[in-house]
Amino acid sequence: MARGAPELPGRYDELLGANGRTRAGQGALASFLRRISLHDLNQRKHDAELAIRSMGITFTVYNEGENIDREWPFDILPRVIMKPEWDRIEAGLIQRLRALNLFINDVYNDQKIIKDRVLPRDLLASSKNYRAICRGVQPKFNVWAHICGSDLVRDADGTMYVLEDNLRIPSGVSYMLENRNISKQVLPELFAKYNILPLDNYPSKLLGTLKSISRHTSRYPEVVVLTPGIYNSAYFEHAFLAQRMGAELVEGTDLIVGKDDRVYMKTINGLSRVDVIYRRVDDLFLDPEVFNAHSCLGVKGLMRAWKKGHVAIANAPGAGVADDKVIYTYVPDMIRYYLSEAPILPNVPSYRCAEKLQRDHVLQHLESLVVKPANESGGYGLYIGPMESKRRTEKFKRLIKAHPRDYIAQPIIQLSTVPTLCDGGIEPRHVDLRPFILQGKQSYVTAGGLTRVALVKGSLVVNSSQGGGSKDTWILGKQGR
Amino acid sequence: MLSKVAKKMYWFGRYTERTENIARMINVNTHLALDLPRSDHIWGSLISITGLEEDFFDRYSIQNEKNVLKFLLTHHVSSLRNCIRQARENARTTRELLPNEAWEKINDLHIYLEKNSHLGVKRNGRHALLKTIIRRCQELTGYLTGCMSNIGAYHFIKIGRNLERADMTTRILDVGCLNLLNPDHPEIQEHEYILWMNVLVSLAAYQMYRQNVMEGVNGEDVAVFLLKNQHFPRAVSHCLAVVMDCCEELPNNVRAKRSVRHGQSAINACRVSQLLEESRLHWFMDEVQLDLADIHAQVAASWFGYEK
Repeated sequence: MARGAPELPGRYDELLGANGRTRAGQGALASFLRRISLHDLNQRKHDAELAIRSMGITFTVYNEGENIDREWPFDILPRVIMKPEWDRIEAGLIQRLRALNLFINDVYNDQKIIKDRVLPRDLLASSKNYRAICRGVQPKFNVWAHICGSDLVRDADGTMYVLEDNLRIPSGVSYMLENRNISKQVLPELFAKYNILPLDNYPSKLLGTLKSISRHTSRYPEVVVLTPGIYNSAYFEHAFLAQRMGAELVEGTDLIVGKDDRVYMKTINGLSRVDVIYRRVDDLFLDPEVFNAHSCLGVKGLMRAWKKGHVAIANAPGAGVADDKVIYTYVPDMIRYYLSEAPILPNVPSYRCAEKLQRDHVLQHLESLVVKPANESGGYGLYIGPMESKRRTEKFKRLIKAHPRDYIAQPIIQLSTVPTLCDGGIEPRHVDLRPFILQGKQSYVTAGGLTRVALVKGSLVVNSSQGGGSKDTWILGKQGR
Repeated sequence: MLSKVAKKMYWFGRYTERTENIARMINVNTHLALDLPRSDHIWGSLISITGLEEDFFDRYSIQNEKNVLKFLLTHHVSSLRNCIRQARENARTTRELLPNEAWEKINDLHIYLEKNSHLGVKRNGRHALLKTIIRRCQELTGYLTGCMSNIGAYHFIKIGRNLERADMTTRILDVGCLNLLNPDHPEIQEHEYILWMNVLVSLAAYQMYRQNVMEGVNGEDVAVFLLKNQHFPRAVSHCLAVVMDCCEELPNNVRAKRSVRHGQSAINACRVSQLLEESRLHWFMDEVQLDLADIHAQVAASWFGYEK
């Protein structure tokens, strides 16, 4: 049966090229789609839904003050990327995270990048996620962001851009792994035909990374996952990763900082030392002694313990300084500055509203641009020019003029499309991609990542909290294994 | 293991066991209702077993079959449906410890009950529903026995399961006594045999009893068997022995063990024939339940609440 529509002008379809011909490497998938009936596909979709239900793969949505545990939205048709292209992306992501870590370590220590006038000083001072309390700390390997989820988008000409880097508490990796489990169940014959790079070693790579940052080399490191609890939207993932790593899943109330400034967990044997905390709690809730005094999620004295080097925290407090979307615009400069290398992966071209010339351009062309607040995530607070009312456009003009530092603007990226099983058959839908990058003693990138897909026709919004779905992502090695 | 996790494992064990027990009780009462000449009053005894009369009468005025079934299957916090919700919630928040398939089983049962628990209110759908619940609970127990390492987490599941089991055995025995002594329904006396047999059947104890006791089915032997037998898994003595074994394996166990030992000696010392003669079996069941409550309190104090 079907046939994604051939490429329309201004849109890049990853399966079919301009002339309607299948792109290189996509042949097996395309011929599978041509052969299989819609009925059979829907049956497999149904099987996948049953599996998701029975495995209890859920995410939580906050809606009108209520937490709703929803089943994970999954599209059974995979997205295929060829290994040579992926190798380049992987190298680019590792390069990027290395530079970002050097940057974070620099701003909390010597601040050379400011002294050398590559980054304006006031930008740092006004960054919401800059934590002055972290000044002078030097984590092991000088790495602050051990886990990074970077969002990649492919534009109309086929170029992969980095849309943003998530250095605070990136989520989604458990869904990436579960997606693979499900697609193995529902599309086994394609796995037989293709040489698909495996993913399942992520939890052990993550554990390796976390163990490598322990300060106490004399003992086997005790690693824990710190979760805000079952009402957090990513709780499923916290439990999943703890289980796969064989680490304890703790909440703030399970931990205590002793008089010796070391961190302990409360166990049936009494108190037990903790060496590494993989925290999924935001900076500001980590330690009521230092940050939000009313936080019940954190642990009193944790920052003290961390600053003394008694416990390692991943990602380190303060790592989010590089999450700032204005700082993002400087990442290519950082790569050149710290590594003396040319950036392998480009940023999406961006306008800094703080700079007058660029701001004027933004204000004049607002209707055709995307405006992003510097410090939001999850697609919140976004302004998408062509879709906005006049009133909101005026509002954003005022906001940008009043707080130029808080906004950047980008041209609209047409996000590439991939075939997706919709109610009426197979149709092209827009996607992005979030690979996960680890850095500790060594670096590692997942083979692929979490592909998020906008299930509504023509929509560019892929967030699961806003009606997006997900797909398994296949990195294809040489055929015939 | 984290104290919090120990607590959740314990409650997971209790709630899954409670689900199976409630299902068994309803099943047996349904049979009893078919065997006894006048049987409406027996539904009230199901509510007495659970000790929830007050909650029941907040909601309903008559203890008839329909109301009791609605209450036990779907409505109340201690209903079957809610027990599985609780068990699932405890499992969901300890997924890093519980084997994956165990989580899938409890999740499936939860989905099944959310959809189907109301089908048991009428007699024609009840048998299939209860049978499915009991089977799935046993699958879960069997799966854990076969696949979970006999260490920390599993000890707490076993402690929870066996305390719940012992508690239910005393409650079911108690209802036997209460029904027999009910002055409004003297005709029950004539059917004493049926009543005690149902007590055994509701605890899946009938066959094991027949293999173990030479005499026919009578109150004294049934009570002795269900209280004192060392080998039958639902006998109170056996349950307490399992709890004791688990406590032995755990650190900081002095208080909990002392409390279990106390319960064990009370069971060993009691003389059932005398209790029955003096109509004090009901009183004694209350005593055992208080002992069980104390064991729970000591387990909680030893391992769930963190103390310096």
